[in-house]
Amino acid sequence: MAIHSYTSRRELEQHSFAPVVTIFVPVLAIVLQALLPRVFPRLSILELPLIVTVFFAVSRRSPIAGTLTGAAIGLLQDALTNQPIGVNGMAKSVIGYIAASIGIQIDVENVTTRLLINFAFSLLNSGLLFLINRRLLGIPNFHLLWTHELLRAIINTLVALPIFFLLDYTKRRE
Amino acid sequence: MESFFVRFKNILVLVAVLLAQTISLAIQVRRPVESGAPDSHPVTLMRYWVVSTVTPLERLSHGIGLTVRNAWSNYIDLRHTRQQNAELKLEIARLRLEQAAFAEDAMQGHRLQALLAFKEHYVTSTVAAQVIGTSGSDLSHVVYIDKGSDDGLKPDMAVITPDGIVGKLRDVFPHTSQVLLINDPTSGAGVLLATTRIRAILRGSPAGSLEITNLTPDARIKPGEAVLTSGGDQIYPRGLPVGTIESVAPDPDHTPYTMIRLRPAANLNQLEEVLVITGTESTLPVAAQKDLAAGATTAEEKAAADEAAAEAAASSAAQVIQDRLPSLHDPAHPDTDVAPPTAAGAAPAATAPGPVPQPLPALHTDRYTPGATPPAADLTPGAENTTIENVTPPPAATSPSKPAERPKAPAPNQ
Repeated sequence: MAIHSYTSRRELEQHSFAPVVTIFVPVLAIVLQALLPRVFPRLSILELPLIVTVFFAVSRRSPIAGTLTGAAIGLLQDALTNQPIGVNGMAKSVIGYIAASIGIQIDVENVTTRLLINFAFSLLNSGLLFLINRRLLGIPNFHLLWTHELLRAIINTLVALPIFFLLDYTKRRE
Repeated sequence: MESFFVRFKNILVLVAVLLAQTISLAIQVRRPVESGAPDSHPVTLMRYWVVSTVTPLERLSHGIGLTVRNAWSNYIDLRHTRQQNAELKLEIARLRLEQAAFAEDAMQGHRLQALLAFKEHYVTSTVAAQVIGTSGSDLSHVVYIDKGSDDGLKPDMAVITPDGIVGKLRDVFPHTSQVLLINDPTSGAGVLLATTRIRAILRGSPAGSLEITNLTPDARIKPGEAVLTSGGDQIYPRGLPVGTIESVAPDPDHTPYTMIRLRPAANLNQLEEVLVITGTESTLPVAAQKDLAAGATTAEEKAAADEAAAEAAASSAAQVIQDRLPSLHDPAHPDTDVAPPTAAGAAPAATAPGPVPQPLPALHTDRYTPGATPPAADLTPGAENTTIENVTPPPAATSPSKPAERPKAPAPNQ
């Protein structure tokens, strides 16, 4: 009977990705995020970079990798907006870190777990953006409609499941 | 010490990343620039790298979409084209007439402006651009267009559509530009309420709506009123449509000001093609002057045509009257018939008086026969009426200046 220690279990389930995938998938997510609302304005409710951040973080199970991936994706996202660079970078750094830390502890291959983490991280992302804009940047009239953010979390969760399923094929076992 | 860094390396990396970004944010926010202004050089450089990476893919996607759409609309979906063509021709004719109607007012307006030495700014040159992408965030209302500094674009140039204003250029790269939409929270514009002529400042909101929050309550401001650019911001030329007032309510955050929400004239959510205003002048552009002259000519032609039509209608009406009232004809003097009214409107009766129509003589006279009733001065109150046997028929034709002799009424006590 095989005995799995904590370390061996983590090492068994750690995944890595080809460099092309590591670069191409986040860029594709950002491009789609910029393109889709032009054709269908209501699709601006999607947060594809967040889904990709969470996927890479929970798959790699490394908080450092998760933090850096989140920071990179967030900064790229910021560069396309007129906001100061770092708003999304900070939010996604925190999310990447927490997602990777959770990925070490629980089985993230499970559909229910994926549903829960995507829903929770979408709400967390909204909350972090609110805090950064309101407290750090001092924008007094920055308000969030929490029902809208709840709807955003539900829609992102539903969209995240097939994306996670597709991205599972890009995983490379170490 | 080494074990501390090894043990807490994860959290230390997170803290370092967050700290670096916080410092970066602080540096960007510290710059004393007006909202909506371009970024500092390092930030612009970073944006430029990202935009240079992303926009080729956006251009490719946009190009493919455009090719497919053009192939469909230009070669396949040509149903109702002839009908549309005919409708458009009618529309052009109608617009020409409208242009003619406005040309007179416009010329008069220009004369008055010249008298007052009023400086107006007219759009003289524009660059058409395609929208190729968005920011991808609903907290940042910006779009990207496929023209940049190589096409003569510069920051702060106004961006419009035929429906109304869209925004202004923020960051301009060689082949791409970022347009800050008017519904972004960092955006602003000087506006004028069209009916009440009240000046105000328009701002975007985080929710993406247009708001005016610097006006105190005024009963004259009502939903449905059009809002135009005032030209006071030195970015948008005066008189461009901005939107219409959607609601007017007290602003709970800024008492006693009102919160006026606007519906934008341009569809900011689905922009396809925009115009960047690259030049304005204080005189009308040559093309516009030609249009105005053409409009004035059309107006003159239309006025002449209307006058001729009115003349013909009046002549026709006079003819109808002439035909229906044969007494107006005097067979004995056909040359003195009532002439039709002239174009100058002079009354023909005043210059050539015709015969006054006279009734035919009665075959059997009675007391109602003209001339049978004695003058009121000859009548005595309480006396009996004149017997009709004494009445003699009046002459067939008498001159109006010589009244016919009437029989004398009998004495009251005869």
